[in-house]
Amino acid sequence: MIQDHLKKVQSGKLKLDEYLDEILDKCKSINDEYHYFNTICEQEAKQQAKEIHKKTKKGKLAGLIISVKDNLCVKDVESTAGSRILKGYKPLFDATAIQRLRKEDAIIIGKTSCDAFGFGSFNTNVGLDFKIPKNPFDKERATGGSSGGAAGITQKADFPHIAIAESTGGSIENPASFCGVVGFCPTYGVVSRYGLISYANSLDKIGVMSKKVKDIVPVLESIAGFDEKDSTSLIEKLDLNPKNHKKLKIGLITEGMSEGVDKAIKDNINKIVKKLKSKGLEVEEVSLPFTFKYGISTYYIIATCEASTNLACLSGLRYGQESDPKGKSFAEYFSEVRSKHFNEESKRRIMLGTFARMAGYRDAYYIKATKVRTKIIEEYKNLFQSYDILICPTMPVVAPKFSEIKKMTPLQNYMMDILTVGPNLAGVPHASIPIGEKDGLPIGLMGIADHLQDGKLLQFLQIIEDLV
Amino acid sequence: MEVNEELIKKIAGLSKLNLNQEEISKFIKDFKDILEAFKVLDEIDVKGVKSSFRPIEQKNVLREDKVENCLEQKEALKFTKNKEKGFFVGPGTIE
Repeated sequence: MIQDHLKKVQSGKLKLDEYLDEILDKCKSINDEYHYFNTICEQEAKQQAKEIHKKTKKGKLAGLIISVKDNLCVKDVESTAGSRILKGYKPLFDATAIQRLRKEDAIIIGKTSCDAFGFGSFNTNVGLDFKIPKNPFDKERATGGSSGGAAGITQKADFPHIAIAESTGGSIENPASFCGVVGFCPTYGVVSRYGLISYANSLDKIGVMSKKVKDIVPVLESIAGFDEKDSTSLIEKLDLNPKNHKKLKIGLITEGMSEGVDKAIKDNINKIVKKLKSKGLEVEEVSLPFTFKYGISTYYIIATCEASTNLACLSGLRYGQESDPKGKSFAEYFSEVRSKHFNEESKRRIMLGTFARMAGYRDAYYIKATKVRTKIIEEYKNLFQSYDILICPTMPVVAPKFSEIKKMTPLQNYMMDILTVGPNLAGVPHASIPIGEKDGLPIGLMGIADHLQDGKLLQFLQIIEDLV
Repeated sequence: MEVNEELIKKIAGLSKLNLNQEEISKFIKDFKDILEAFKVLDEIDVKGVKSSFRPIEQKNVLREDKVENCLEQKEALKFTKNKEKGFFVGPGTIE
């Protein structure tokens, strides 16, 4: 729990500089073994600690150690989104979420590993020359992705720590499930995307990972809220501490309990359902047949279309990796830099998106997918008329071995997102919370709530945490 | 539409990517697999359905039109080695 730590800092009982030295040593030693950080920003963190120490009136997160997924811009700290093409890029500004954390005197300790640009489900699609993070419970296995470094360090840190992560199609929930931590992805638009190195604008959401549900609230409260720098940020105010709802009505998504899901995971979900019922909560089976049949294709078409336009700005000019442009045409030069520094999955997704937006195919793929998305959103909205929270396993399997992932085709990789793409397409708040284990590997339950019902979801997560 | 070397090369060209022969062969195989899976959307009738370009209804919020500081030229040029007389140096745009 972070509350005790925050109190100690506020009271001045904790020597922040000494404390930070100890934390930095721990992070470095964890990183040597597990590769959770792309950068540990030691000097910047020490400077921040000094400034916080001097303040008489400290912010409400004063002295809280925060790690940031590497696709968020942190001023003067290398921010690569996990890709070699952005190696050397040190933003001249902070992302809005980071700016707001700094305002509350949280300490940014480093940038966490991710699949390049968030393109992956296991954090194995890291950029060229980057190291792949290892699962905290078994080094032969993946952390999950794409926010794998965030989930790994959240699990391994034995000190109060919060990770800022990001999800496009499951990148918070998936690694949170594989690493046994809480991963919370708010309603689309609740946290400003300004300063996020975009994967897919209509899907990207910045969220929070922690060990305990309660720790999410003060951090989410600090980073949420309208930002005029992001035209898609919501003006609606969130109530993260709603008064207790009389009785939450829960829908268990039957497609999440189908044959393809590991039996041990289903058994754990059933155990929780029993406990919820014995606590007096109503749990009924519900179905999302449309979403489960069409979600993966819809997601990958929309996400790659948006990614292919976003990544067009990475062309070896102005920042990041460059070459010598003299005597070359723009097509030659851009292609040279991009081909050299993008990894295979980045190339694959850029090309898929380019294809789906090409003249002659755009209507059949991209426009069609945006319409199917409307029907998927409607399917969720219909269920939320009768249910407060929907639940299912977060992932169909426990963290796989690297050797197993190597054998998978790209399509098999994409299919791993079957349970997480739905709430991401619908932009509804959702979260993974650990509920058990299989052979020492964590199992996550995913809770999903209606748009802007983030507070209700947190209330549900607290119930689950108390039950486990 | 057939997924072949010609199509992959065309997409790569539009994507500003140079692919080697090994990558071309791999992407032909991957694209066949993935586009076959995407075909599932063909069976849905979306006549009269509106597109969702974002997942939640949003109101247009206009910001105040005020003068603010922008990046200094020196700062903007900080991360490039390709610069000259205060400008970025890029490749030729007229062939």
